Amino acid sequence: MRLIINKIFLALSVLSAIIGLSFLAWILITLFIKGLGSFHFNLFLNDLIDGGLRNLIIGQFILAGLAASIGIPLGMAAGIYIQEYGRGSFTSLIRNLSDIMMSAPSIVIGAFVYAVVVIPTGGTSGFAGAIALAIMMIPVVINTTDNMLSLVPRELREAGIALGASKYRVILDIVIKAAKVGIMTGILLAFARIIGETAPLLFTSETSNYFSLDLTESFPSLTVSIYDLANEPEESSRDLAWAASFILTVLVLVINLVGRFLTRTKG
Amino acid sequence: MEKIFQKLSLASASLVFVILVGIFITLFNSSKVAIDEFGFDFITNTDWNKDITIENKYDGIINEEDTEEDDDSMLFDEDDEDLNTKTVFGGLVPIVGTLLTTLIALVFALPIAMGIAVFLAEIAPKNISHVVGIAIELLAAIPSIIFGMWGLYYFAPIVADLVGGYQVSLLTAGLVLGVMILPFMAAITRDSMNTTPSVLKESAYALGATKFEVIKDIIFPYSKTGIIGSIILALGRALGETMAVAFLIGSIFVLPTAINTPTISIPVAMANNFGEASGLGESALFYLALLLFLMSFSIISIAKLYFLKKVH
Repeated sequence: MRLIINKIFLALSVLSAIIGLSFLAWILITLFIKGLGSFHFNLFLNDLIDGGLRNLIIGQFILAGLAASIGIPLGMAAGIYIQEYGRGSFTSLIRNLSDIMMSAPSIVIGAFVYAVVVIPTGGTSGFAGAIALAIMMIPVVINTTDNMLSLVPRELREAGIALGASKYRVILDIVIKAAKVGIMTGILLAFARIIGETAPLLFTSETSNYFSLDLTESFPSLTVSIYDLANEPEESSRDLAWAASFILTVLVLVINLVGRFLTRTKG
Repeated sequence: MEKIFQKLSLASASLVFVILVGIFITLFNSSKVAIDEFGFDFITNTDWNKDITIENKYDGIINEEDTEEDDDSMLFDEDDEDLNTKTVFGGLVPIVGTLLTTLIALVFALPIAMGIAVFLAEIAPKNISHVVGIAIELLAAIPSIIFGMWGLYYFAPIVADLVGGYQVSLLTAGLVLGVMILPFMAAITRDSMNTTPSVLKESAYALGATKFEVIKDIIFPYSKTGIIGSIILALGRALGETMAVAFLIGSIFVLPTAINTPTISIPVAMANNFGEASGLGESALFYLALLLFLMSFSIISIAKLYFLKKVH
């Protein structure tokens, strides 16, 4: 009897894994069939107004890139403070708040940025979108930096201090170097996460049918346009949405795999 | 230099605090108009953007008119001077929609996620566990808008065929949400299970216990708090999910009469109405955002502070 229960239990567990994997396969196959079906190289050459995706892809990269250039230095500095300088209740408060912020609903962050950036500046803008994405990225970078620095052995720091280096030199030249691979992986995963975000951009950057580098205006966004296109009645718009989804997913998964590959080869 | 570096990193760390407090204050300020107007009745009122007409002549008689209807369909006398209209916003429908979709997602995802976690942590050989683990994490990395599109065009029709009812409904939204939180829940549950010391497991096996018994009597009790914490964390994530639900819930401000009928959730109400809203309507949306933020804040705090203290 015990053995039968054991068998049933193990079978159920394997079944769960199969169910999980089938969902992944189902989504990927759908994307491949629908996405590749409407995929065309011209999508990279034309803007949305001419039935292409060029402006959207570039726009999404600019938004995420700008967010990363705000979020990475701030997140890393905060992570360094928590791990290297801070002690006591303030540090653990920041650590907990950062964890909470990591799980805060992205649409609420969008609403926050709408209230503090979009309304005062008089309209949606690329800057507002990038700020919303940066707020999403900061806690992830803090978490990674904090965790990776905690893995660096004490002896390395002590050796640096013993050689007469000042603390910030030790942190920058020894501790960060030792944790480099781990931190880079975390940052890549964080970047993959924000580049696929839609909700925080809906009413901050919105999207645009035209190519634009002007961050003070509504800014082209791949994800927001997928949402708009998918809700349109015409078949052609939805096909375009599938092609865009395919490109987005490939992008996100490739960044993810690169991140994992990095840790595997070096870590 | 040392001082500057330390001050800069302290400032960055404080920024987290400033942003979170800033979110609270901003949401509260922006929803002030709606809070003053509706108070806590907002939470129990099902009407959203409805003009309630109060005819003073016959007090007690109230006509309700949907604002979106054309003027010529209005029934009341337009030259009546004692006519008083006021627009009412209530949050009950999206609040119920949010809670129910999250509940459905949880009921659906929980057993499968536990099964996957057990498979990854205890059953599969190392290399298979590694590959399946990566696949599950990739599922977690797929952007939520993709789940929404796939759910609407491929998953929902099948569910609607099996269960009947609408393709856009509480049920289909909840199930797709469940698929979304599944890998997240499985991954952290596996991590909690992996913290069980192997000495404990090995001594149980040495006593002749089956795998099921080891999992049930050793691993589960040992990693219980971590597992509960990860479930609550997944719940917090499901509450605030926007895009996957936006495609599937139907987006109408009507209380669901059955599990397979459409309704709306807080994030979706915000996503669809923020652009057009102004004045009282916008403030009411901020009120919803504040409620959502409070819900997820408290849920995540409980998970982090109480259950996930030691587990990472």
